[in-house]
Amino acid sequence: MLSFENVGLRYGVSPETLRDITFEIAPHSFQFLTGPSGAGKTTLMRLIIMALKPTRGIINIFGKDTQRLNQEEVTATRRGIGVVFQDFRLLDHLTLYENVALPLQVQGREESSYRAEVTELLRWVGLGERVTAPPSVLSGGEKQRAAIARALISRPKLLLADEPTGNVDPTMARRILRLFVELHKSGTAVIIATHDLTLMDQYDEARRLVLADGRLHIFE
Amino acid sequence: MLDFLRDLLAPNRPRLMIRPDNAYSIKTPLVPANSVAGRSLVMVIAIMTFLAALTAGAATLIAEASSDWRGEAATEASIQLRPTKGRDIESDLATAADIAAKTHGVVSVKIYSKAESEGLLTPWLGQGLDLQELPVPRMIVLKLDTKERPDLSKLGVEIVSAVPGASLDDHHIFISHLGNMARAATMISLFIFILVLIALGIAVASATRAAVATNREIVEVLHLVGATDHFIAREFRRRFSSLGLSGAILGGGGAILFFAGVKLLSNSWRATAGGDQAEALFGDFSLSLTGYGVVMLLIACVAGLTGYLSQQIVFRHLQRLNE
Ligand SMILES: Nc1ncnc2c1ncn2[C@@H]1O[C@H](COP(=O)(O)OP(=O)(O)OP(=O)(O)O)[C@@H](O)[C@H]1O
Ligand SMILES: [Mg+2]
Repeated sequence: MLSFENVGLRYGVSPETLRDITFEIAPHSFQFLTGPSGAGKTTLMRLIIMALKPTRGIINIFGKDTQRLNQEEVTATRRGIGVVFQDFRLLDHLTLYENVALPLQVQGREESSYRAEVTELLRWVGLGERVTAPPSVLSGGEKQRAAIARALISRPKLLLADEPTGNVDPTMARRILRLFVELHKSGTAVIIATHDLTLMDQYDEARRLVLADGRLHIFE
Repeated sequence: MLDFLRDLLAPNRPRLMIRPDNAYSIKTPLVPANSVAGRSLVMVIAIMTFLAALTAGAATLIAEASSDWRGEAATEASIQLRPTKGRDIESDLATAADIAAKTHGVVSVKIYSKAESEGLLTPWLGQGLDLQELPVPRMIVLKLDTKERPDLSKLGVEIVSAVPGASLDDHHIFISHLGNMARAATMISLFIFILVLIALGIAVASATRAAVATNREIVEVLHLVGATDHFIAREFRRRFSSLGLSGAILGGGGAILFFAGVKLLSNSWRATAGGDQAEALFGDFSLSLTGYGVVMLLIACVAGLTGYLSQQIVFRHLQRLNE
């Protein structure tokens, strides 16, 4: 469902951040993406959601070459991907409810068709009491869970989570991991970027994609 | 699909029934209200709308007044008789009036007496001037049938041959001058109106560009969660339409108040001689229903145009970003 072929990316005139990246992500698969800070994990995820264009190489998503997609196809593709951003990217002028509903709102769907689902999901991630709060008053861990809820609400085929446990205590980290594992078992392909070794050890059936020096090493 | 989430994240909580929950709903606009230089834009739009309404109002005022005058002038013609030595002006007046009255299409004939003719001149010459000594021309006013207009050129020839020193004035020069002046005034108003709208467009365009720049983060998030450029542009339009509407209502309302105030003033002037002259020129200064309709239409247009313009600008901008 996702493949990179000899993808390279450089920011401006600096040396290539990612070099000759080649890998495939199968449907229903689960993988950790790891590597030292600054290795390019976030950059790789930005390539997948087409927030960045590769300097060279080919990226295929859902069977289509990203270079050849027109605007509508890019949008349609993004609607199939849920993303938990490392810096959350919640909109501060909206309430939590509105933030989580956003991916459905932008699809032009009737609010009545998803209102109950959004509030339920917020309750399930433990934010049922904070539905009308703006993100700015939340703790890091609460923001993280709101970001996860927003990524899940549209039931994506592919879930990208960038350091989804970076701001929560180990118990919550375990719960979140179990959540992603369950999601994977129910059919979603999951990529979790993390450098939390203990987290990865909790699910050793997962593939590991390791970024180092701009190159990708795969451990099945 | 979501059932397992509950067990994972809140294992000890009683299961919640899924029910339509109307307590929460999307209310906040996606383009934050305070991210747009809202108040200054509203003021600019208000001032521009006010000016545009004034020019539009002035144009309709002029158009209506001139069509009134022209209508009035066209139903009248006048015969002037200059006193000449050796002729009896009263019998000449009677002859001319007789010829006119017999002409088909002349509804009524009124000979102005000497005193009345002098009275017509007082506004222009001032009171207290002794007109006894002056050879004041005399007037016969003809009311014409608007449907079956008389043949005025034939009537003119007949009168001049019967009464030397008489002349027939059918007001056509006056009417055509008036028409030209009214057209010129309307064109000038239209020109100013268009300039004002262009200035308004420029102000809205730069405010929109600034708003897109300030909200870059939000635009990026919207894109990443699957919003189309059309959707984002529409969100900007919503924001700008409402700003445009507030500005337009302020400015257009101001213009309506302005016209109402002028009408009040002109009513209180009416007793004075100056007021009479102004009234003779401009009617009673009041904007007709059409005039108010034009201002209302203007308010709607400004609001719509503001929104439409910002939507187009945002959309183009986003399309350029994609390349
Ligand atoms: N917009 C940018 N412009 C220039 N350089 C950038 C930009 N974004 C990232 N980089 C550089 O690219 C490299 C990879 O950054 P990236 O954020 O992908 O790393 P990461 O693996 O996600 O790190 P972390 O684990 O700390 O989140 C870094 O050296 C970073 O400085
Ligand atoms: Mg990162």
